[in-house]
Amino acid sequence: MNVTVAKSSMAPGVRLGRVSFVWRPRIALVTLFLAGAAFLAFCLSIAVGDFPMGLPQVIATILGWGERVDEFVIMDLRMPRALAGLVVGIALGVSGALTQSIARNPLASPDILGITSGAGAVAVSLVTLSGGAATAVVSSVGLPAAALAGGLGTGLLVYFLAWRRGIDGFRLVLIGISVSAAMEAITTWLLAGADIRDVARAQAWLVGSLDNRSWDEVRVALWGTLVLIAVVACVAFQFKPLHFGDDVAAGLGVRYALVRGVLLLCAVLLAGVAVGAAGPVPFVAMVAPQVAMRLTKFPTPPFVASGMVGALLLIGSDLVARTALPITLPVGVVTAAFGGPFLIYLLVRANRR
Amino acid sequence: MVAQYITEIESGADVPRLSARGVTVGYGDRTVIDELDVEIPPGVVTTIIGPNGCGKSTLLRTLSRLLRPTRGSVVLDGEDIVRLRTRDVAKKLGLLPQSPVAPEGLTVADLVARGRHPHQSWLRQWSSDDVSVVERALAMTGVADLADRAVDSLSGGQRQRVWISMTLAQGTDLLLLDEPTTYLDLAHAIDVLDLVDDLHESGCTVVMVLHDLNLAVRYSDNLIVMKAGSVLAQGHPRDVVTAELLHEAFGLRALVIDDPVGDRPLIVPIGRTHVQIPGS
Repeated sequence: MNVTVAKSSMAPGVRLGRVSFVWRPRIALVTLFLAGAAFLAFCLSIAVGDFPMGLPQVIATILGWGERVDEFVIMDLRMPRALAGLVVGIALGVSGALTQSIARNPLASPDILGITSGAGAVAVSLVTLSGGAATAVVSSVGLPAAALAGGLGTGLLVYFLAWRRGIDGFRLVLIGISVSAAMEAITTWLLAGADIRDVARAQAWLVGSLDNRSWDEVRVALWGTLVLIAVVACVAFQFKPLHFGDDVAAGLGVRYALVRGVLLLCAVLLAGVAVGAAGPVPFVAMVAPQVAMRLTKFPTPPFVASGMVGALLLIGSDLVARTALPITLPVGVVTAAFGGPFLIYLLVRANRR
Repeated sequence: MVAQYITEIESGADVPRLSARGVTVGYGDRTVIDELDVEIPPGVVTTIIGPNGCGKSTLLRTLSRLLRPTRGSVVLDGEDIVRLRTRDVAKKLGLLPQSPVAPEGLTVADLVARGRHPHQSWLRQWSSDDVSVVERALAMTGVADLADRAVDSLSGGQRQRVWISMTLAQGTDLLLLDEPTTYLDLAHAIDVLDLVDDLHESGCTVVMVLHDLNLAVRYSDNLIVMKAGSVLAQGHPRDVVTAELLHEAFGLRALVIDDPVGDRPLIVPIGRTHVQIPGS
């Protein structure tokens, strides 16, 4: 490996064969630390339960060195929940980093832009309008699909309403907030007229929860997230000049409309996948990129670190939700509890400037 | 310093690098530029002037391929610019648009380094070439000492130097600057234009849009005077700037005298008040 270190002012470059990139130690270290913490939280999430296990036991079993009994409890019973937390957290974190980067506004997360509530509204309409028929199919395949479609539809709606010879972050946020309110109104209206059993089911889902995940649901979310993150990884380099505005990006040889379109689509789909798997868990997508920025001291939301923070936040909140009180709360209650104050902090900070 | 990227200008002395041929551009139904022909001579500073809304910026944006003409074509080094790949255009032509934005907390070095984007790829994101070009661009614009500072902590003039530095890091010898002195006080405007002249001295072809007529006259060798989407006059300020032209283009009454500190004309505007015309 040939490491070229330039003057202190410039980030040094690292070259490995034909591949070269900028070496930013702080980002690399923070991201590594976050990944370690997320993995630890993941293992802890498996260890905690009615039948507590030791962390070494959990890690050994995940790696395939465990005993039969442990394997059943860990792999079949507890793994889906922990994995859902990991995948949904990463999906929400990356999705938020993308939307905040595209809009150049920390408020522009999938929950504020209406993508999450749109996904929720369509999913709830599926639950209530199907009238209890074929509920098993609805909850395992139909619900995630409906959430994805709802998220995508709402995302497109917001984008086209906000489009005026380009995208202005502030207008995007304002239109997102109003579309979000409209979607929530639709949800409330659907629930008001629905059968009481459907309402209970829909309400539980709408808060955002990792309870009773099955391997099938988790597998869909896992593959969806992996594919979308691969696309993001391919396009992310071309996105860098877009932080300076469309004209600068075009001047630097970037087909900005295409790049932005692809990444926005990925962001919406990631949010849709996450909502499909865990319901509209609030605030994680908004908070994660902002925390990642502050930890890495990077001026724009770092994608990988945002995903790691998202996973850590979601699994951590789920752990709190399961252990802090005698009754098990849905994870969305906990994320809302810390996300609300964080939103106020962002608003206050934006106003000071 | 930038001169080393330059294909010998002397060889093709009068071949324009960039030209617009019968270009019509508009937004929606509104036509801003109609059937316009213009040639950008190599190795000199060309400034586009004209009243507000005459299509100055639109012309610059069309020349830089930000806007696609509805009719006619822009030719860059003998090729129709819309047929070129965006990336290839970026390797030949550096553009500084109006009011670019920098994320809060971004350092000068990181901003200028982004100018290397057209020369990079997913696999090759940072090379030793990039390092030396960026260092030269920082030095040439006099912002090397600010490299570690956040862009948003700088003064307007410094910030503009940094953006020009980023455009230079693109390594092109053709620079298009859209109102590089907007929002700058006169001292900083002069500072930025002196820098533009340095770039010209080092062999760059510069095209810019300016609002201030006297600064345009002082700093350019070729003026393009526009009115209502067409070119009214083009040439050296000494040949072009007359009281009649200023009246025709801007509806401005003015006295054109010799610049006491330069070899160009100086425009003295005559308004309704505070004027005592000698001899009248």
